[in-house]
Amino acid sequence: MPLIFHKKPALVVYVTCGDPDLATTREIVLAAIEAGADVIELGVPFSDPVADGPVIQRASERALKHGTSLAQVLKLAAEIREQAQSTGLIVFSYLNPILRMGLEKFCKVMRHAGLDGALLTDLPVEEAGQYLREMRQADLATIFLAAPTSTDERLKRVAEASTGFVYAVSRTGVTGARQQLAGEAKTLVRRLRKYTKLPVAVGFGVSTAEQFAEVGEFADAAVVGSAIVETIERNRGREAAAVGEFVGKLTADQ
Amino acid sequence: MATVPRTKVKVKIPTLGEERARVGHPGPKNPGSELGRFGAYGGRYVPETLMSALEELESAYEKAKRDRKFQRRLEELLRTYAGRPTPLFFARRLTKDLGGAKIYLKREDLLHTGAHKINNCLGQGLLVERMGKRRVIAETGAGQHGVATATVCALLGFECVVYMGTEDMRRQELNVFRMRLLGAEVRGVDSGSRTLKDAINEAMRDWVTNVRTTHYLLGSVLGAHPYPTMVRDFHRVIGREARAQILKAEGALPTAIIACVGGGSNAIGIFYEFIKDKKVKLIGVEAGGRGEALGDHAARFRGGSPGVLQGTYSYVLQDEAGQIALTHSISAGLDYPSIGPEHAALRDAGRAEYVPASDAEALGATTLLARTEGIIPALESAHAVAEVVKRAPKMKKSDVVMVNVSGRGDKDIGIMRESLKLDG
Repeated sequence: MPLIFHKKPALVVYVTCGDPDLATTREIVLAAIEAGADVIELGVPFSDPVADGPVIQRASERALKHGTSLAQVLKLAAEIREQAQSTGLIVFSYLNPILRMGLEKFCKVMRHAGLDGALLTDLPVEEAGQYLREMRQADLATIFLAAPTSTDERLKRVAEASTGFVYAVSRTGVTGARQQLAGEAKTLVRRLRKYTKLPVAVGFGVSTAEQFAEVGEFADAAVVGSAIVETIERNRGREAAAVGEFVGKLTADQ
Repeated sequence: MATVPRTKVKVKIPTLGEERARVGHPGPKNPGSELGRFGAYGGRYVPETLMSALEELESAYEKAKRDRKFQRRLEELLRTYAGRPTPLFFARRLTKDLGGAKIYLKREDLLHTGAHKINNCLGQGLLVERMGKRRVIAETGAGQHGVATATVCALLGFECVVYMGTEDMRRQELNVFRMRLLGAEVRGVDSGSRTLKDAINEAMRDWVTNVRTTHYLLGSVLGAHPYPTMVRDFHRVIGREARAQILKAEGALPTAIIACVGGGSNAIGIFYEFIKDKKVKLIGVEAGGRGEALGDHAARFRGGSPGVLQGTYSYVLQDEAGQIALTHSISAGLDYPSIGPEHAALRDAGRAEYVPASDAEALGATTLLARTEGIIPALESAHAVAEVVKRAPKMKKSDVVMVNVSGRGDKDIGIMRESLKLDG
């Protein structure tokens, strides 16, 4: 599994697939990889993204307008995998599209596409019994969210159920850029380390090179999502080039 | 009148809840267990950030349930503030007009704020006090739950923010003003279909952000555990009263009980005390809207299939790729693509039956009830009346039907005026 963080901090890049269209998403992802992204989160657009802020909501709406589906995202993943063998590729989705496809089929197609794992925003560890079994059987990583509000007992369960890495949510709230990273991100990562030796990635609100470097001081990786999606939104017609430049700036000091 | 065709949906039940077995909890045969399962339905599907708050809420609710002082205070507020018990009224002229079963109306429309919603708001409001939180958020469709929440927040001194789709704000203008008058902030939601579903999304985003200080006062038997169980319990008073009242009036249990179902809180409230009485037919009425195509109605059992939306596993109107469908109903309170998980279980078990009533049928029923009994129902409740209009004539004169009139029609006068075009 290429879910390996080569650098510290490693860069995890999120994109909403199908925004503005799937062919462009492919170019964007390849440009991000070229510019230094270690892991790509392929976001599946959903009609009701309760955990997302306005930027990703808008991107999801655009992607759904022309019918982007989970099946198409998995197909796109296979194409990207052909071009990028050493980059981690995971699916980032809400649960319902996956239930609709069927967990078994989802895992089979993911494995076939060369994906490394998945993170399902609204599937907490309690409800993940069958998901975990199917994913383990297909040798796919299950990344779960840890939140600043999680109790120690919950962090332990999240750590135990996670493989690949653990995704620490930097603060309470939806996805989107923040002026400052809260001190609670650091505290959360420290609390998590008690329960796991897996790498910890910090996400939600990381948007600048300074924040990226700051996360590197206490975590193994940083996830940049809304800032990437906003770059795509603002650079119609030259999305891939703009994302490449943006990723290049984030990682310039490494 | 022809019966409305219902397609039998084949259900493949995913066993997402199998984790239960591992930790030694009772299986899905235990509806309403502390794990929030009703058959295969229910559960707790939310982002991790909210999980601790749901655990806290569950534990606060479990303690309050056993606390006599809490129960006494709630009962007192229901009686002295909300106006319980509500009457069970024999609809003599409607019964005569339809020429079949005897029809009784459970008058939840007479409650303070105009609908059953206040039962749940008072209950959760007292819980908020116990949890020591000072800020309350809520979603609203028709505005009835928003008004009830704003009312309880004024009564108990909480800050109150209500999320409402802008389409619903237009449809229910009067309720928007009522909420503001009560000191609540109403935040318009301009995404998706601009209705209830989108208001819930936005309320959940607020909750994810302010979870440490804020209680989400969810208004129906929807969402993640413990909401479907807790909200049901706060509405069980409807059925408890109705049962005693009908036994007193008729000396027997009713043949059937009819209630409208958006999320399904008024329906489960009146059904619950009768679930064990297998001879009592339980009938839920969904919004049949303006047609049978996806997007034209909110009849989850006609066009939906099991899925997860906004925290719970239940029937959902969705497309082939698992995207949630848009819905339509003349009544904002029924205009929602999913249904309470306990209703899904009752339906699969064959214990309750669910039928649609169209916009036009609801409007017709509104006029009929207004002119035979002098009662103008909310457009939501008019869907239940529409079903009794279809059903009562085919029943025996010795049969007894109870209809839950969950709310009054004041808020809908504008829509009724636009749609009914009455002369003279």
